[in-house]
Amino acid sequence: MPVERVSVTQAASEVIDRLRNEHGELMFHLSGGCCDGSSPMCYPVGEFRLGGRDLYLGDIHGCGFYMHADQFEYYKNSHTIVDVVQGRGASFSLEIPLGLRFLIRTHIFSDEELADARPAVAAN
Amino acid sequence: MAYQRPEFKEQFENYIGGEWVAPVDGKYFDNTSPIDASFITRIPQSNAKDIDLAVEKAWEAAATFNKTSPAERSMLMFRIADRIEENIEKLAMVETCDNGKGMRETLGADLPLVIDQFRYFGGCIRTESGSVTNIDPDTVSMEVHEPLGVVAQIIPWNFPLLMAAWKIAPALATGNCIVIKPAEQTPVSLLVLMEIIGDLLPPGSLNVVNGFGVECGKPLASHPNVKKVAFTGETSTGRLIMQYAAENIIPATTELGGKSPNIFFESIMDEDDEFLDKAIEGFVMFALNQGQVCTCPSRALIQESIYDKFMEKCLARVEAITRGDPYELGTMMSAQASNDQYEKIMSYIDIGKQEGAEILTGGSAYKNEQYPDGYYIEPTVFKGHNKMRIFQEEIFGPVLAVTTFKDEDEALEIANDTQFGLGSGLWSRDMHQVHKVSSGIQAGRVWVNCYHVYPAGASFGGYKNSGIGRENHAMMLSGYRHTKNVLISYNKNKLGFF
Repeated sequence: MPVERVSVTQAASEVIDRLRNEHGELMFHLSGGCCDGSSPMCYPVGEFRLGGRDLYLGDIHGCGFYMHADQFEYYKNSHTIVDVVQGRGASFSLEIPLGLRFLIRTHIFSDEELADARPAVAAN
Repeated sequence: MAYQRPEFKEQFENYIGGEWVAPVDGKYFDNTSPIDASFITRIPQSNAKDIDLAVEKAWEAAATFNKTSPAERSMLMFRIADRIEENIEKLAMVETCDNGKGMRETLGADLPLVIDQFRYFGGCIRTESGSVTNIDPDTVSMEVHEPLGVVAQIIPWNFPLLMAAWKIAPALATGNCIVIKPAEQTPVSLLVLMEIIGDLLPPGSLNVVNGFGVECGKPLASHPNVKKVAFTGETSTGRLIMQYAAENIIPATTELGGKSPNIFFESIMDEDDEFLDKAIEGFVMFALNQGQVCTCPSRALIQESIYDKFMEKCLARVEAITRGDPYELGTMMSAQASNDQYEKIMSYIDIGKQEGAEILTGGSAYKNEQYPDGYYIEPTVFKGHNKMRIFQEEIFGPVLAVTTFKDEDEALEIANDTQFGLGSGLWSRDMHQVHKVSSGIQAGRVWVNCYHVYPAGASFGGYKNSGIGRENHAMMLSGYRHTKNVLISYNKNKLGFF
């Protein structure tokens, strides 16, 4: 079994369930940059057009988790945990009207974990 | 001098067609202050119905506003600027309460720059002209400017009024009508501004609709009847904005952040003078606006030969940053803008520790005795290397990543080893070095021997993943209008084809 690159907390899983009931199948894309960046964005599948340089890192609670190859360059050594906190992020992420915001917590892989980490593959 | 939390009415409405209009579905959300997590006011939680109404009212206004003369629009800019200047303290207090940034900044930077922005575009639109070319003795070509009609603007929470001004001023100056959505973390200062300047504006020329991104921002950005979208924010939303613009075949400008290098060459230590003092302040600029600036100098690159001596002085300056009441002018650092922003910054401080970066100062939350419920973080300086995540991801907080370089080539290599290209700084007494390095940096702004100055008239925008377009400069006028070519023949003879 490979070591997973992404996982999700129980609290975030419960929010995903609420959102899936309302919006259907979901996906996550890790945003970079200004203001609300460096945070995971949750969209209905099909809303966000994945491109040739987006990578698929694995599933969290039934949702694909993606990031741009430029960003993955610096996430290669990281396990990313999607959590949720009280907050009011801007952006078009679906949880924001609930007064919640997904965010990432990180575990840096040990050398052994890194050797077995799931390969990131092209999104399309 | 101390100011205080301003008074707010219990509830605001959207500003549409020159009137305060309740959201169609009657929903509101609570706006709170990050200074102490206290309730400020209720804000409309609008949706596509409100956006439709605002776009409709904007087009009604566009029938006349699109045709106003440059002289009228110029005067409108000047009147707006004067009115803001008359109310500068009130607006600064509102901005401090809504965003958490100190009065030191809102009164000293944000509001003066807002005023300057309107005056600058008032001047630009009055003094510019189109062009006329004699193609041949009988043919004249005229390049004529026309507004796009109605444009959409989505602004961020880090400089709510200033980023609104950067977008509103060029769009109004060119004769467009606007539907603008403030960030949901900081919605109230623009609404207070509309109370102050609303009577100056033709009804419907500037419409403010509030709400959450997916419910209100998306219907605005994807609306079939807006002719341009301007956005400042992060990369995933930036891509969505451009995706919607592609579907509607309209232009989009996006400003999407950075991870700006601030490079200190050894010559700065040649003298112990006022310039060295300025360079040390330049290092500490990562803490301005609590680090919540797209151009935050969040990577400091220091030449090896001066590292120990220069850092000693810099860290002493960081540790001298005064905290306390954001309404007090002496307070240098105030609150982060929201709880989730606070949590994200703390998670990146944790990442830096896990990656093995060395904490030189800070590294934890700051306990503000006066406001125990607010969101405060210590200015934090890490030492590490440029491949670490804290050197590569925009943390958008008071967190600086420091590394060293040997020579100019290595400085440039590290500076450009980033997915972003928005801001950058370099400090040197050597003019030849300044020229070489400023030419080599891949970023839209290179500050030389200064940092974090934003005079209107100095263009601002990104290379690489930092976005598309240039604001804060007359060139943005062309981002808000068509160019129509009128080609006139004064020759009475036919071409001869038919």
